[in-house]
Amino acid sequence: MKELTLDATIENVAAVTAFVDEQLEQLDCPMKTQLQVDVAIDELFGNIAHYAYNPEVGAATVRVEVTENPLAVVITFIDNGVPYDPLAKADPDITLSAEEREIGGLGIYMVKKSMDDVSYEYREGKNILRIKKNI
Amino acid sequence: MNITKNTEGKTLNIALEGRLDTTTAPQLEAEFNQSIADNTELILDFANLEYLSSAGLRVLLAVQKTMNKQGKMIIRNVNEVISEVFEVTGFSDILTIE
Repeated sequence: MKELTLDATIENVAAVTAFVDEQLEQLDCPMKTQLQVDVAIDELFGNIAHYAYNPEVGAATVRVEVTENPLAVVITFIDNGVPYDPLAKADPDITLSAEEREIGGLGIYMVKKSMDDVSYEYREGKNILRIKKNI
Repeated sequence: MNITKNTEGKTLNIALEGRLDTTTAPQLEAEFNQSIADNTELILDFANLEYLSSAGLRVLLAVQKTMNKQGKMIIRNVNEVISEVFEVTGFSDILTIE
């Protein structure tokens, strides 16, 4: 298990991505899978950076674990910000035209579709969001 | 992310390189706001774009709406990861992808 704790800011999305990619590269993760995980990081860490402590800045922890049979990476995002369950939001209507479209909710929807499992819990004052991706 | 652009008449060509995400999407939005006013055709080349997140989709949706009013927009050379994002989100029905 590897863990990184840093300020939840947009500027730090790149640092989180590099940290996770380093673990994925050690697993010989296919490039497509890695890019899907990178998109999920942008959505999830980006959300924490935008909303968890707004307008203050607070810390977030990103934990990377590897499970076997089947080989998978489990990434957990933890923050102490306002309680927010992104999975509670209804899926967006993806059949609307450009004029009718609303962009809210698309990010988490993409994460749900591209990861093998996504779960959320609020425990001891922390938002704990976990994604799993088979490699 | 790197943005390369050139104009031929009323056609604006923009090539993106790198990642279109939370960090870089504002850069592209600023470029569009500055450049597309007089163009009737916008051609986006994604050959060297690795991926995009919902922050990128938001910018593409906004510029697609603008180009619907003043002409057309075409996206070329979309890779597999980006293609899946467009399919999953229904953007493949909104955008013109060649």
